[in-house]
Amino acid sequence: MFCNHPLNKLPEHLPTLNIEGLTVAYRQNGRWLEAVRDVSLHIQPGEIYGLVGESGSGKTTLALAVLRYLGQYGMILQGKIELNGKNLLDLQPAEMRKIWGREMAYLPQNSQSALNPTLRVGDQIAEILHYQLDMGMKRAQRRAVDHLREVNIADPERVASSYPHQLSGGMQQRALIAMALCSNPTLLILDEPTTNLDVTTQAAILELLVELISQRQTAALYITHNLAVVAQMCQRVGVMYAGVMLEEAAAASLFAKPLHPYTHGMLSSLPRLGEGKASARLQSIGGQSPPPGQLTSGCVFQPRCPLAIEVCSENPALSSPSAGRHIRCHRWEAILKGEISLPTAPGMESPGRMEASDKEVALSLEGVAVRYPLRRTPLDILRREPGRSVRAVDELDLVIASGQTFGLVGESGSGKTSLARAILGVADRTEGKMELLGAPLPAQLSSRKRETLRRVQIVFQNSEEALNPYLTVEEILLRPLVTLLGLSRQEARDRVPELLRAVRLPAAYAVRLPTQLSGGEKQRVAIGRAFAARPDLLVCDEPVSALDVSVQASILNLLCDLQVENRSSLLFISHDLAVVGYLADVIGVIYLGQLVEIANADDLFKPPFHPYTEALLTAVPTLETQSRQKGIILSGEIPSPTEKPGGCPFHTRCPRLVGEICKTQAPPWQRREGSSKRYRCHIPWMELQAAQGKLANGEIQAG
Amino acid sequence: MYRYLLRRMGFLLLTILLTSIIIFAITQWLPGDVCRIILGREAGKKALEACRRDLGLEASVPVQFLRWLGDFLSGDWGQSYSTRTEIFPLVMQRLINSLRLAALTLLIAVPLAVGLGVAAGLNAGRLLDNLISISTLSVVGLPEFVTGILLIQIFAFELRRRGLPSLPANSSIRPEAGFMEALPMLILPAMTATLVLLAYIARITRAGVVEEMKQAYVRTADLKGLPRRVVVLKHVLRNALLPTITVIAISFGWLISGLVVIENVFNYPGLGRLLVFAIDRRDLPLMQAVALVTVLGFSLANLAADSLYALLNPRIRYTRG
Amino acid sequence: MRREADSLTLFAQNGAAPGRGRRLLSSLRRLYAVPSAAFGATIVIVFLALAIIGPLIAPYEANQQEFQDARQAPSKAHWFGTDHLGRDVFSRVLLGASEVLWLSGAGTLLAVLCGTGIGLTSGYLGGWVDELVMRLFDSLLALPALLLALLMLGAIGTSVTSVLFVILVVYTPIVARVVRSAVLSIKTRGFVEVARLQGESLGWILFREILPLVLPTLAVETALRFSYSIFLVASLGFLGVGVQPPSPNWGLMVKEARQSVSLTPWALYYPVAAISLLVISVNLMADGLKRVLQSPVE
Repeated sequence: MFCNHPLNKLPEHLPTLNIEGLTVAYRQNGRWLEAVRDVSLHIQPGEIYGLVGESGSGKTTLALAVLRYLGQYGMILQGKIELNGKNLLDLQPAEMRKIWGREMAYLPQNSQSALNPTLRVGDQIAEILHYQLDMGMKRAQRRAVDHLREVNIADPERVASSYPHQLSGGMQQRALIAMALCSNPTLLILDEPTTNLDVTTQAAILELLVELISQRQTAALYITHNLAVVAQMCQRVGVMYAGVMLEEAAAASLFAKPLHPYTHGMLSSLPRLGEGKASARLQSIGGQSPPPGQLTSGCVFQPRCPLAIEVCSENPALSSPSAGRHIRCHRWEAILKGEISLPTAPGMESPGRMEASDKEVALSLEGVAVRYPLRRTPLDILRREPGRSVRAVDELDLVIASGQTFGLVGESGSGKTSLARAILGVADRTEGKMELLGAPLPAQLSSRKRETLRRVQIVFQNSEEALNPYLTVEEILLRPLVTLLGLSRQEARDRVPELLRAVRLPAAYAVRLPTQLSGGEKQRVAIGRAFAARPDLLVCDEPVSALDVSVQASILNLLCDLQVENRSSLLFISHDLAVVGYLADVIGVIYLGQLVEIANADDLFKPPFHPYTEALLTAVPTLETQSRQKGIILSGEIPSPTEKPGGCPFHTRCPRLVGEICKTQAPPWQRREGSSKRYRCHIPWMELQAAQGKLANGEIQAG
Repeated sequence: MYRYLLRRMGFLLLTILLTSIIIFAITQWLPGDVCRIILGREAGKKALEACRRDLGLEASVPVQFLRWLGDFLSGDWGQSYSTRTEIFPLVMQRLINSLRLAALTLLIAVPLAVGLGVAAGLNAGRLLDNLISISTLSVVGLPEFVTGILLIQIFAFELRRRGLPSLPANSSIRPEAGFMEALPMLILPAMTATLVLLAYIARITRAGVVEEMKQAYVRTADLKGLPRRVVVLKHVLRNALLPTITVIAISFGWLISGLVVIENVFNYPGLGRLLVFAIDRRDLPLMQAVALVTVLGFSLANLAADSLYALLNPRIRYTRG
Repeated sequence: MRREADSLTLFAQNGAAPGRGRRLLSSLRRLYAVPSAAFGATIVIVFLALAIIGPLIAPYEANQQEFQDARQAPSKAHWFGTDHLGRDVFSRVLLGASEVLWLSGAGTLLAVLCGTGIGLTSGYLGGWVDELVMRLFDSLLALPALLLALLMLGAIGTSVTSVLFVILVVYTPIVARVVRSAVLSIKTRGFVEVARLQGESLGWILFREILPLVLPTLAVETALRFSYSIFLVASLGFLGVGVQPPSPNWGLMVKEARQSVSLTPWALYYPVAAISLLVISVNLMADGLKRVLQSPVE
């Protein structure tokens, strides 16, 4: 059945990895469910192949199948996996152990749990050399230090003798890279290696990976959900959906002209860096991915495809529009010829935008600080030492106008969530002045009146966490009506269908429990609950970062719409500059508990930038495959709030350090007539603008 | 790490103090007049008053408590009401006997239990695991007097009936017997106590191993191509067995409870039998002394386990505070 | 939890809203899918039934002594034989079942109620009250369970009420700690915070937001406590400091029968068998509950 396969025309070189017609099943509740169906791909030496897909698309299963590490519940039903010409499926498990770590290495996602907490990092690298390459343990340990140096670790000796918990996330990931590459494998499998890292760290890790892989001519299979990372890293890309490879192409052509409606949909549902909601509404793909292993007849994407016609209920064959390009779609020819066009934006008009009134202030913060007291030891109490504390938010001023969306961007540890908790009244210790609609906002939840409670609500990142699994959707939605609006239960119940309609969910969902909803649906319920009592200020803490790309867009659109309908202000917190840039009217960049830059969304992406903003902007991967320029790679990691640097908090990592003044004096706010932007830096406006001008014309606007 | 240990020690002292208050409070509860119990019903008013003065019962309760604790700490444990002898040497002698039994039990139980638990955990879901799991599960809740009696029936009576070499059913040695003299008598009680600990430790060890096998770093180790043996020994067991130390420490509590019953089943002269004896006679100071000694021993064992855990766990060893 | 989610989804597909009763039913069904747990649960149910109808079907009174029939081997008239005082062992074992199940059941229930109440409030409110309660419980737990029980019985005297009280004091701290640690992890979850932001009352948050999530853990803990209570009641009986003669307590029966084991071994074996069977069954059931309610689907 494979002889007519277009992939069977062998490329000129023997590929390092060659997969043909691979079908993998998982056993669940006594049934075998196919998680990967008839997938073929090959990777050449030195090539980085990107495998993109949303959760449940089967991409990780494919990786584990290649490693033959499926466990007792997984089974390869069909196909061929060849590594350097030999079929891995012929090998015994014991023989695989000789291939792992020697010919084929694996770089896992979560570095914290992927390293053994009770062994020194150096020893964890050395043991590969010892057992795989028969090196003496002493020598292996010395070599391990060299390998750590190769992944640009400044003090490899210290890292080698450290335990994983003593290292930062970025450092742990580097150690894992050193571990994966130390035996010079021919194939490297990377499973979302940067997913839990901050953008600035991610940029550094990605650059390192590209360099090491091209140096060693390793073949790499890069698995991720992040299209932009693929655009930056990979030469060729395969798009997986529901266990099936829908489209495969060279990265440049895939991102320039996606042929499959799914690829196209995913690309146009991504907010682009610097594009705001005023320019265009995000396109979203309706429906949701099928659960893994669901049996479908016909094209797997058909239920969600805007172009589906009758023939799509038959399984499409793999076609090849051009050399190296493959697609599984009945309508690709029509799409290629432009006979049918993919809808660019359903409901074309950009989402509503409220004119923020300058006069009315929804929220104003003055000198707000959030402290987390450190535990006093009995010794401290004896010595009468005052309790020490960590300042997660430090003397922060902020004004959000009525009806405005304020976007707050920062990396983990920047204090953005602490600020949100302070506004909500659930932070440990909050100092400073907070006002809501001109009235003082008490720092403690217990001293807020019911009316104040009604005015401030929240949408969390993790909808899993945000909904009580034991309450029905109806119960969840009617509670705020009862407690905050004072309606009777019956009145509240009568209004539930209306709320469900507002968040575009069927009325029948009222009786469901959260476990019966998909991630996107849960987030809709959470949003419905937050808006139920018509709050004046809604705090959104990373509301879309746990969602798949295709769902993310529809949630962002929903947030926009409901905000306009309810005339609420929004404090939108995210680590994702593109998302914040899309949604926010005004954006603040926060670093170590202080705002370093504030600007209207349009102005933020124009120079001059605060050096930290600049680093963030250049670190964000964009969909432009060719635009990869040397970004500003920040040295080190964000310092712990317990050891906050004096002067400018950013001086320890700043690439544009002026001199001593940065270490000793807190920088002033710099601003200019005609621009909404202000930033906190010792470098004056014109000087910074001149230095950064090139950057602005190049990358940022292109993105 | 030192701060960690210091903190543990501080907590421990606080706990012991509170526990001693509890012991004192419980025994103070004793309905009726202590002196009446000592002197009997016919005692005259004068004698009762003198007795109260002697025992310091006139003072307020906190003062009584402090006096009691002070006496205890200085080694003056007073006289037993029932035997009219010094309590300190009596308790110490019995303590040594109980410790002998406990030590022998741990020596057998811990390696065996950990071995079984590891075997079950590494073979989770297979026949061996099911066999070990079901059998430990069955033994885990059986009262010691049930297992003890069954063992006596088999290893003492049944073997003797068939003319085979058998073990003594009764372990009522002289309280001051040496170890070698006591050893044959210790075997059956130790076996009984082993069964209790065995099931408990083995089950938790198994759970730890199963949990560890799911960790991401075990996958990393596997995919580094390390030999299976190295993955199991260095990566799985090293981490899985660390918590077992704590489990063993907790199981001391079980062991102590178990020994009370076992000593009574086998008539073994240890602390447990002394306690039941004291309760039977309502011998207040003896009860208090046995209880406090037990708590001290239990707490010290816990501290030792904590320290060992901290010493072996780099996450604590290399953390300040 | 995942398992539960799956079964709930199943209900939804059948078009029915999952009610509380259905949830219980589905838990039971899944419990019976584990063979060892099914065995345990069945035996426990049989024991419970015998405990209830025992007094009705027992052929003799518990303390009816027929000296002419003393030390009889099992026969048609006396299924389990008679003891040294001529009491019918079968009747005593049967009546002992209702005694032990009543005592340990009621004791467990009391301890679980108290422990849950204390654990919920203390864990949710936190602060110095929590600190104080937990220090106190730590100190109680520094006394091995049986030692604490013995001390208390020594102080307050031996009676049925004091045994109940002892179970309450010995197991309340354990239940409270289990509940508290579950509450600590639940209270930081988003929906509890949202409930606070919506101005929900303390009662609603404790009993509607938090308690349902603690229930699976609590069910397992209750089963375990039940097993240990049986253990404790029997052990105290055996030591002669719990329920006093001539009550048909199994531990007590074993203690008495040991004196004349060579003459009436059956008087020893049957109560021993009854205790073993009951305890093993409760343990198997508890283990099954744990697997069904707490472990994710594999």
